[in-house]
Amino acid sequence: MDFLASLLRRFPQGRVLVDTASKLAYECDGFPLHRRLPLAIVVPRSTEDVRDIVKLCNEHGVAFVARGAGTGLSGGATPGDRPTVVLALAGMRELVRFDPDDRVAVVQPGLVNLDLSVAIQDSGLCFAPDPSSQKACTLGGNVAENSGGPHCFKYGMTTDHVVGVTLVTADGTVRHLREGDGADLLGLVPGHEGTFGILTELELRLVPAPQKIRTWLAAYSDMSAACRAVSRIVGSGVVPAALEILDELTIRAVEASVYAAGYPQDAGAVLLIELDGSHLAVDTDTAVIESILAEEPPLTLEATEDAEQRTRLWKGRKGAFGAMGRLAPDLYVLDGVVPRSKLERVLQEICEIGRTHEVTLSNVFHAGDGNLHPNLSFDGRDPIQRARALEAGREILALCVREGGSISGEHGVGSEKLEHMEFMFASHDIEIFRAVKACFDPKGLCNPHKAIPTGASCKEGASAKAPGVLGAH
Amino acid sequence: MTAPPDLQRAYKASLDCVHCGLCLPSCPTYATTTNETDSPRGRIYLMRALAEGRIDTDDKSLRGPLDRCLGCRACESACPSGVRYGELLEETREAIGRVDDNTWRRRALRSWLDRFIAHPRGHRFSMNLLATTQRLRLDRVSRALPLPGPMRRSLELMPKLAPSRERRPLETGIHEPKGPVRATVGLFTGCMMETVFGRVNRALLRVLLENGCRVHVPAEQGCCGALHVHAGLRERARPLVDANIAAFGKDLDAIILDSAGCGSAMKEYGHWHEGAVEFANKVRDMSEFLDELGFVPGTKRFEVSACYDDPCHLCHGQGIRSAPRRLLAAIPGLTLKPLARPEDCCGSAGIYNLVQADLADSILDRKIDDITRSGAEVCITANPGCMLQIEMGLRRRGSQVRVLHIAEVLAASY
Repeated sequence: MDFLASLLRRFPQGRVLVDTASKLAYECDGFPLHRRLPLAIVVPRSTEDVRDIVKLCNEHGVAFVARGAGTGLSGGATPGDRPTVVLALAGMRELVRFDPDDRVAVVQPGLVNLDLSVAIQDSGLCFAPDPSSQKACTLGGNVAENSGGPHCFKYGMTTDHVVGVTLVTADGTVRHLREGDGADLLGLVPGHEGTFGILTELELRLVPAPQKIRTWLAAYSDMSAACRAVSRIVGSGVVPAALEILDELTIRAVEASVYAAGYPQDAGAVLLIELDGSHLAVDTDTAVIESILAEEPPLTLEATEDAEQRTRLWKGRKGAFGAMGRLAPDLYVLDGVVPRSKLERVLQEICEIGRTHEVTLSNVFHAGDGNLHPNLSFDGRDPIQRARALEAGREILALCVREGGSISGEHGVGSEKLEHMEFMFASHDIEIFRAVKACFDPKGLCNPHKAIPTGASCKEGASAKAPGVLGAH
Repeated sequence: MTAPPDLQRAYKASLDCVHCGLCLPSCPTYATTTNETDSPRGRIYLMRALAEGRIDTDDKSLRGPLDRCLGCRACESACPSGVRYGELLEETREAIGRVDDNTWRRRALRSWLDRFIAHPRGHRFSMNLLATTQRLRLDRVSRALPLPGPMRRSLELMPKLAPSRERRPLETGIHEPKGPVRATVGLFTGCMMETVFGRVNRALLRVLLENGCRVHVPAEQGCCGALHVHAGLRERARPLVDANIAAFGKDLDAIILDSAGCGSAMKEYGHWHEGAVEFANKVRDMSEFLDELGFVPGTKRFEVSACYDDPCHLCHGQGIRSAPRRLLAAIPGLTLKPLARPEDCCGSAGIYNLVQADLADSILDRKIDDITRSGAEVCITANPGCMLQIEMGLRRRGSQVRVLHIAEVLAASY
């Protein structure tokens, strides 16, 4: 029996989608520069469903990829280089178990990030990682990509909040991996970008919601002044919950949108600073922050502890990517990281790269951990503009690595940065990645052509020039 | 494969979408099915694909996703990029409608809209027929008959109608306020508001008069054409628009409505009818108008606890959220209880509840759960379709919660 017939026999009508409209709707995620029509979309409801789909794929040698809400920005949930089945997991969205005493929640992978925190808010606990897309993105995707978010500066990335997972590995075996069970196999899962298997259940660590939160919005005439403020704050030893910067172009795009937050539109940059924790800690650190800000006074300064006002101040930051649609039909969001001390200079060079390639470039980023998000706006229907944007992106990521940073902070490599892996990794590094993947996915069917270069084309192969980071030469 | 239809405006609007996905949680159909094709982003992508010729107008798989859209426009409120989704959808449905023009479904829809919605006598006749059916208790019998789904559902949807003398139309002509004249306005009476909820129009007239408005109720006014426009039948709506422009004339300060769906469509006439821009600019929802004018409530106490449900075409379509709440806060005795997800659609959406029964029911269930949990005795809203739909949902559960239009609540204070 052929593959599709087997799928259709195993699942009722409406759970296997092969029509043109469905295929189009699932051909790309939040990185529409890469797209490919899937072979079919299957809608599993349980671990057993996922296992059966994966087993069928193995029997027939068909590739498969998991998808949550499709908000990822590196093409991780899009069919790769061959006919691929999409497992649409957004419907697996139950909060399976919530244990306030142990501060853990067991959830299905399709549960939306913010929905978890809302569901448990009466307990005084919350899930700390808060990607900008948190009202839409799924927790399964967060774990797979090891997502970050503004508050990860203080609380750590998603990997720091995963206690255990149920993973259907690429050969169809159901594995339960948990913290403290022998070797840290669980540690391999956050950030595997869906290349080892399909997550079907997550046990997540919760943290007490802070007693007190204080947020500042400081507007500066130029980006350098905002960066200097960040350096001073981090240098003081205070650990803010978040330190975010938006540049002039971003401010204007956001202020024209429904996410308008009241950022001063004549500012060259705005800096969002947030402190959270106990009353005592926030009050002590507030004094430090205010004295630092007074050293080089911003154009305007707003501070608030009111929940509604805070939501307003954050609204602009959370809607920033989408608002870029106002500038041009397409958007390429980069995710480079640089050492914080080099922020100011690297940003200038990035803007220069944008000018050289005549691409509209705006910046919104997690200043606290040096995670930049240069946004390239262009019209992808014009091959010249498209090529310029891709080239500018490539140069910016190369610059980040040259300065001692990385090609990705939190969006993952996906298909987007396959070619850029050579900036960081030597061929023997890539060999190790491939060997690890092969343990979970010997046939290479699980989200192929993502995260780890396969060496199929010379461009994406690892370079002998890169110094390598894993082990000796 | 037919050539891609002429969708230049829709295509341009679709380019504003950068595929970020922030609209997904706002969409009632995506929240229910979690299928990407039932999400605003998915639908925009399909409409773009249609304009680019990547999917055929005849492709059956395109219809489902577009037909299942409520047109509630919650996605517009969530979209950072400002995609004009409503316009995009209308234009695409228009193009698809041209292809489908001769199917029996399409002909039946056109004939129903023309004869029983847009035609005042036909509409009144059908309502009188319904009232008689109800009086003779034939509506219960009819449930057992093998009627077409939409017809059976419209019988269930309708509340017990008052006798026809109580549903008589609002007296046409000019109504003078008691005190000095603060504004001269037209009152748009609507179809369902007039025939099913005549009490609401009477309440609105009362409130306007108490607030110093000279109120014109032109006899020649008629259907706003919203249902035609949503179904992709703009050309059939054009004569209806022209008739209303003529009926209201040019001398009024504003044209006031108590139907959010009509108001939203009328404010957008200018998108497709150049001659209607001036008229459209004068259209005001009653809450918006009274709030701007400076609402003077009465002194009589109205002792109930109530929740306020935002009609989609008021909050998403017209961006009106705070005005109704401010008006309600001024009513002595009224306690407003918070309603979870007040901006979520109730599933009414024009005639959606008649043609997409299953999805509409799931969406309605969520709304009724929220209303019940709020603990309110009264659910206040501002659109006839929402009133019918929420009343039906409450009736099914045997709930004691009453549904009132905001105009009735304001009028209760005099």
